[in-house]
Amino acid sequence: MSFLTYLINGLSLGSIYAIIALGYTMVYGIAKMLNFAHGDFIMVGCYIIFSVSAALSGNPVIGILIAIVLCTLLGITTEFVAYRPLRGAASPLAVLITAIGVSYLLENIALLIFGADIKSFTSVVKWEGITLFDGQLKIQGVTIVTIVVSIVILIGLQLFINKTKQGQAMLAASEDKGAAALMGINVNRTIMLTFAIGSALAAIAGALLCSAYPSLSPYTGAMPGIKAFVAAVLGGIGSIPGAMIGGLVLGIVEILSKTYISSQLSDAIVFGILVIVLLVKPTGILGKKYLEKV
Amino acid sequence: MSKTKRDNLITYGIVILAFIIFQVLSATGNLSSHMKGLLVPMTYYAVIAVALNLCVGILGELSIGHCGFMCIGAFTSAFFSKVTEEVLPTAPRFIIAFIIGIAFAALFGFLIGIPVLRLKGDYLAIVTLAFGEIIKNVINAFYIGVDSHGLHFSMKNAMELNMEEDGQVIVNGAMGITGTPHDSNFAIGIAVLLISLFVVLNLINSRDGRAIMAVRDNYIAAEASGINVTRYKMMAFTISAAIAGAAGVIFSHNITTLTASSQYFGYNASIMILVYVVLGGIGNIRGSVIAACILYLLPELLRSLNTYRMLIYSIVLIVMMIVNWSPKVIEWRKRTFGNILKKSGKEMA
Amino acid sequence: MALLEVNNLSISFGGLRAVGDFNLKIEKGELYGLIGPNGAGKTTVFNLLTGVYKPDEGIIKLDGQDITRKNTIEINHAGIARTFQNIRLFKQLSVIDNVKVGLSERIKYSLFESIFHIGSYRAKEKEMEEEALRLLKVFDLDGEKDILASNLPYGKQRKLEIARAMATNPKLLLLDEPAAGMNPNETKELMDTIALVRREFDMTILLIEHDMKLVSGICEKLTVLNFGRVLCQGETKEVLADPEVIKAYLG
Repeated sequence: MSFLTYLINGLSLGSIYAIIALGYTMVYGIAKMLNFAHGDFIMVGCYIIFSVSAALSGNPVIGILIAIVLCTLLGITTEFVAYRPLRGAASPLAVLITAIGVSYLLENIALLIFGADIKSFTSVVKWEGITLFDGQLKIQGVTIVTIVVSIVILIGLQLFINKTKQGQAMLAASEDKGAAALMGINVNRTIMLTFAIGSALAAIAGALLCSAYPSLSPYTGAMPGIKAFVAAVLGGIGSIPGAMIGGLVLGIVEILSKTYISSQLSDAIVFGILVIVLLVKPTGILGKKYLEKV
Repeated sequence: MSKTKRDNLITYGIVILAFIIFQVLSATGNLSSHMKGLLVPMTYYAVIAVALNLCVGILGELSIGHCGFMCIGAFTSAFFSKVTEEVLPTAPRFIIAFIIGIAFAALFGFLIGIPVLRLKGDYLAIVTLAFGEIIKNVINAFYIGVDSHGLHFSMKNAMELNMEEDGQVIVNGAMGITGTPHDSNFAIGIAVLLISLFVVLNLINSRDGRAIMAVRDNYIAAEASGINVTRYKMMAFTISAAIAGAAGVIFSHNITTLTASSQYFGYNASIMILVYVVLGGIGNIRGSVIAACILYLLPELLRSLNTYRMLIYSIVLIVMMIVNWSPKVIEWRKRTFGNILKKSGKEMA
Repeated sequence: MALLEVNNLSISFGGLRAVGDFNLKIEKGELYGLIGPNGAGKTTVFNLLTGVYKPDEGIIKLDGQDITRKNTIEINHAGIARTFQNIRLFKQLSVIDNVKVGLSERIKYSLFESIFHIGSYRAKEKEMEEEALRLLKVFDLDGEKDILASNLPYGKQRKLEIARAMATNPKLLLLDEPAAGMNPNETKELMDTIALVRREFDMTILLIEHDMKLVSGICEKLTVLNFGRVLCQGETKEVLADPEVIKAYLG
């Protein structure tokens, strides 16, 4: 029965990774860049919810909504100010290093405003959860909410991509920006929309992450962010179902290895998976092949 | 004398001059003990910045796990020094420890390079980060002890080592290695920095260095010119890792308790080195040394600045990248300053 | 024996036959043109010859040596050098260093000598410098030897690419649409350069081009590709008079 508990915890953590990974995978698929600061958007979202809840001392829903709006604006602004000028730069490293700079900037702004000490975050999910098998299996409310939210987001995104004009524009831009522009698609706006969605998802992921693991610091988002990128790579970058699968696999592996192998080594195992996947199938589970033309 | 040769001599000259100035200041009692304590770290940060610039600037691949190689160099050399502390005199012990640190860092650079260098760009960067974290985590879970029967290993805890009464725990998991002899000092740090510079600057100005840069600039054309791309990538990455290992040796022999902590060996530390490299100029080896020294010393000396240090660095990093790499900004610069140059050229004629 | 002999070369991409039953024979010293409309498979043939793609079928022989399954590096060492349709220089290296990279598989010394600048380093570097300068002089680039390759004007970048290819001491030089993106003046200068390479180095050249005028002006023999197949092959005059060729180009 304890195995089942760990498995469910893994699913829950994996769902959070999946939501973050969706942001990575969409941005990577379309802008072809690794937004290293994506994890820090999570942290920003958490601090906003934390501050709003403290100010209003009540319903976390308002905090979450404000966090989503502000994170979306943050994503759009970052893209416009820091990343867009570097589109088409001679070296692909330029935008990656800039993204690292943005990550550092956000962490240090948070450090100046909130300090380095760890804040304890009040869960946004008030529901206690359910108890099964005569109390042998207890599933926390936040766990269930996390899993449900991630499923809703996955379905919503799939519908958005496949059924709306903007979604189709995203697909086109991810295939070939030049051709998409010729077809009348505003590529800049499409990339901006992608950042907006990814950042909004980061805010949601932040709320869920800090509800499940209630310690908040300026570095809260960094490691989950990197692991979610691992999840996105594992599932196949650019693929939305891939990000979901990758996130779940990673979450389960992390929790199980923490429990059964060594908490010290669980990160090493997670990163080891990344290395193996990139060696055996660099395009991930559901990714596409890409060849440079000579 | 050719221009490159003169440039290289200037670089060595700057390092030697800095050494003399600090020595004079120290001898005349003008250096606070706090400042003295910063000199050795300054040298190993300069050394690892040179190593990373070889990887990022000359090979053209972004590594955000270089502190992992530093970690390997630090632990392997400290392990050796600790075990042989009673047996060997200081000088040969440190020289052997130094060689061991470099050799292990190079070995890991080579082994990790085999998978990593098959990747490109973002993927490569994130995998170097992954390896850096793996190295750190594994060392944190490592226990090595020594007793009359020899070495004992464990991945669980110190009790699992099952040692005799006389046993001594050398590597104590997350608590690391305590009491490594303080064999490194400022002069040794400067010497290692000079050797690293000598190796990298000579390499750049050689057949192998040109091949490495050719791979960076256009690997398809390099292959078509008969250049073995994999070989040269491995070469640059391994040498870079070895130099990072050398930085680790100075590090571990200057610290009482060596732990594989995130502060020194995590990806954030690697990114800090990357900041030095970017601000000193990607591919500009001398720039890396100067940037590492100034950026390390400045905030330590101006404590008030320390709060804003990382904030300022991150903004400068972003602005530098945009100014130096944005196609639009480059075009604008060419248009504006190009005209001025042309005009002044005409006037001179 | 022909210098280059290609028999029944074929390759398909995802069921689509890009090149099929391709045959080619180039004698030593010839200037040979490979022409065809866009998408006919010319560059694919180049990529097969240089080991970028591996053929599904067929044999490629250079100077009697089978090089069919070799990789790009081995093929360069065997004696084929090439240029690219979209110029591929080592942009951040100086003009002379671009040529030295081309020389570096011919004039060798060890990594140890590279790092410590000892042993044969000095002598070999001097030899390399002289050889590179000699090559640059031939291409009239010696005046710009120290500027970055990316700062050369377009026409000279082409020349430098050819100079770098020549530095590897090839038996056969492949030029992939060298006149692409050039104005008539530059094109004329390029034709002079190609003539020069033949004269100076006694070089065998295979040239891809879709500009009929350029090819007919300098090549002795032509192969016309259309839809991945050889449409016509032979002396330039005969090929240009072939009704099939006229149809492919005009129809």
